[in-house]
Amino acid sequence: MIKIRIRKEIEKKKYLLLAILSFVVIIALWTLASVTGAVDEIFLPNPAKVIQYYISAIQDGSLWENTRISLYRILLGFVIAVVLGIPVGILMGTFQKAEAVIRPLCEFIRYMPVPAFVPLIMVWVGIGENAKITVIFIGTFFQLVLMVADDALSVPDDLINAGYTLGTTTPMTIFKIIIPAMLPRLMETLRMMIGWAWTYLVSAELVAANSGLGYTILKSQRFLATDAIFGGIILIGILGLITDRIFAFLNKKLFPWAEGGH
Amino acid sequence: MGLFKKKTVLPKRTQHIEANLANSKIHVKNVKKIYHSAKGDTLAMDNVNLNVLENEFVCIVGPSGCGKSTLLRMVAGLDEISDGEIIIQDHSIIGPGADRGMVFQAYTLFPWMTVADNIKFGLKIRKIPNDEQDAIVDKYLKVIKLEKFRNSYPKELSGGMKQRVAIARALANSPEVLLMDEPFSALDPQTKADMQLLMRQIWQVEKPTVLFVTHDIEEAVFLSSKIYVLTSRPGTVKKEIPVYLPYDRDLSLKDTEAFIKLRKEVNSLIDHEQI
Repeated sequence: MIKIRIRKEIEKKKYLLLAILSFVVIIALWTLASVTGAVDEIFLPNPAKVIQYYISAIQDGSLWENTRISLYRILLGFVIAVVLGIPVGILMGTFQKAEAVIRPLCEFIRYMPVPAFVPLIMVWVGIGENAKITVIFIGTFFQLVLMVADDALSVPDDLINAGYTLGTTTPMTIFKIIIPAMLPRLMETLRMMIGWAWTYLVSAELVAANSGLGYTILKSQRFLATDAIFGGIILIGILGLITDRIFAFLNKKLFPWAEGGH
Repeated sequence: MGLFKKKTVLPKRTQHIEANLANSKIHVKNVKKIYHSAKGDTLAMDNVNLNVLENEFVCIVGPSGCGKSTLLRMVAGLDEISDGEIIIQDHSIIGPGADRGMVFQAYTLFPWMTVADNIKFGLKIRKIPNDEQDAIVDKYLKVIKLEKFRNSYPKELSGGMKQRVAIARALANSPEVLLMDEPFSALDPQTKADMQLLMRQIWQVEKPTVLFVTHDIEEAVFLSSKIYVLTSRPGTVKKEIPVYLPYDRDLSLKDTEAFIKLRKEVNSLIDHEQI
């Protein structure tokens, strides 16, 4: 008798409950460890202190201001990467000649550590907003191109061939078959990439920044203000989760026809 | 004088063949297929010759690996010919086109379009006037008996329904020839029999010129007016068999003596692998 089955589906409510429970347990352990003094406050701040930090940051307006500027940097870097990366990716996933030119280059660059580019970026584009946006762009663009190419390649050959036997030309096949067919997967790719964009925020705000969530964390490090560090990290996590959920929701709403969907 | 006349009037053998092909829709001439790989070249098909006349329903059968699907894809222009020629109507083909509609073994409906929009796709591409498009869609929804599913998405349809829409989509585009690559092989036996009957009925009414590839001999005998049996690799035509069975067919035909006899005859021609 098998009691615990692999990949057995559970109710949505149960899923949600377990998800919330995992957060509650972590917070409880954290509280326990800090309140009892088992871990020094320099390493692990009291949750109450983190909440206090949030309250004061909201009151002096710095929380909103830092969130706003960080969101701006991420969105702009991400949007530029998307606008340039999608056509390049589609080209690469559609024509092997384009792939031969682009893929090895992208595979090469994407393993380079983005923070190491920071000094170079400062030389190239200065220390203004452009520098932060460029870091986000470099962090996401090359990965995005490769993933979009895979999305284009995932469109079945016979779907393309069906188009040809119905009279499509090659440009028509790209715009009327490959692009619509890959859209649900493309949205999933964008959802993954916006996550990556968030992770590059701290690297981006290494560059002569005096605002932003990443900068706040870096500044707090100097004063050993672990409560502010925790606050910043948790806030980035929450914002990342929200953007992720927005994409997931859009995907469900925009592509009800997708196989394997609800 | 008499001798002279005989010499000029009587055509050479090749010309004689051409003359007989006045109403030929698909003419496969000495087609060869070679696969190139690092290990060397493989001769997959050699010296394939066949003819599909206007309004004929022709089936190609053969052992697996004989290249029958490849042959169909070459006719569609989706695979390249290594040597020889394929003529549709009066021109040699160079690539795929709307003159050769195709139904695939895999499900190839466009998932983001409704059933009606799938059927309409080729008509839109060819810029047929809107009211005409609607009339054609209505007609073919009726032919495949899926009027109620006009606005459904492919993911809401069963496998048999998807293939019915695929047939309608290909026929609505009024191609010169309809190519079918084992379209019913993924269906359960009951649905498959129903689809064969529907296909035969559609052919009896609409009279499209069909080239149909299958590994199911019963299916080939039931559907076609002519069968080509291919040999194992390198594939070539082993025999051309006319199917002299009643024109109006239903599934009970499969139990008749004439049907069974022909089925056995075709079966005996297929090269069986030594196991």
